[in-house]
Amino acid sequence: MFLYQKTLQFPVKVETTNPALAALILEQLGGADGEMAAGMRYLTQRYYMPLPEARALLTDIGTEELSHWEIIATIVWKLVEHATDEQIKNSPYAQHFANHGRNPFPHNAAGVPFTAAFFNAKTDPIADLHENMAAEQKARATYEHLIRMSNDRGVNQTLSFLREREVVHFQRFGEMLDKVQDYIYSKHRRRDDNLDYHRIRQEHDRYGMR
Amino acid sequence: MTRYNKDFEELMALQFAIVELNLFLDTHPDDEQALRDYNRLVEQFEMAKKAYTEKYGPLVNFGYGKSKHPWQWVNEPWPWDR
Repeated sequence: MFLYQKTLQFPVKVETTNPALAALILEQLGGADGEMAAGMRYLTQRYYMPLPEARALLTDIGTEELSHWEIIATIVWKLVEHATDEQIKNSPYAQHFANHGRNPFPHNAAGVPFTAAFFNAKTDPIADLHENMAAEQKARATYEHLIRMSNDRGVNQTLSFLREREVVHFQRFGEMLDKVQDYIYSKHRRRDDNLDYHRIRQEHDRYGMR
Repeated sequence: MTRYNKDFEELMALQFAIVELNLFLDTHPDDEQALRDYNRLVEQFEMAKKAYTEKYGPLVNFGYGKSKHPWQWVNEPWPWDR
């Protein structure tokens, strides 16, 4: 079950009102490599991971991604909260405003609404963990693009924190991929594990192992 | 300009350190040093949460902190208002 803690994971201290920057940062709210896609990706993958520690990692990183989603929403909100009609009219945020006003509605920087088609999950732990590692690198690249386009030091501090988290998640997923691979391809499975042997066998057939 | 304060930022810092160690322990469950650090920070976090809740009201919804009268959950600035 999810609980709400009345904090953010990292402070959001925006220097100035900046609807143009808000329009760009929406990329990480509702974009393909954004925080919503990341959270949904991991939280749906956790059900079938063959190791309990992999289920833990997906639950924990999935939860952290939801915390990042609310950080991004907070940045976008604070950048437009006090914007005048004139400031909005003269910025790329105007296209967003026409439909959603100041609501941090999840679409990407080009206005494409969030869709689950942005990410994937296969019930195949090896394919999924590779997908996750690629996703973390793509998110890191997006944060670097955003930091290069932003002159707001407050926003950049928060974006730098989020960029670093992508690097850490990539590292943890890589470690877990090693563990899961060792486990799947080893003959020494734990006796008390609740395994889907049918699926494991199918994987072994596919990879030609054992 | 912002409504962040020392109590609040300290709580956030502890929470973050704990998240980081939690993820590390997920892939290094045998690391005793990391586990010691985790448990030490959880103790500090427990104390900080208790003090914060006493001063400002519940930090987590659904029964994870008591409130004084009137219902304090609705009072404090929400994180996006700070």
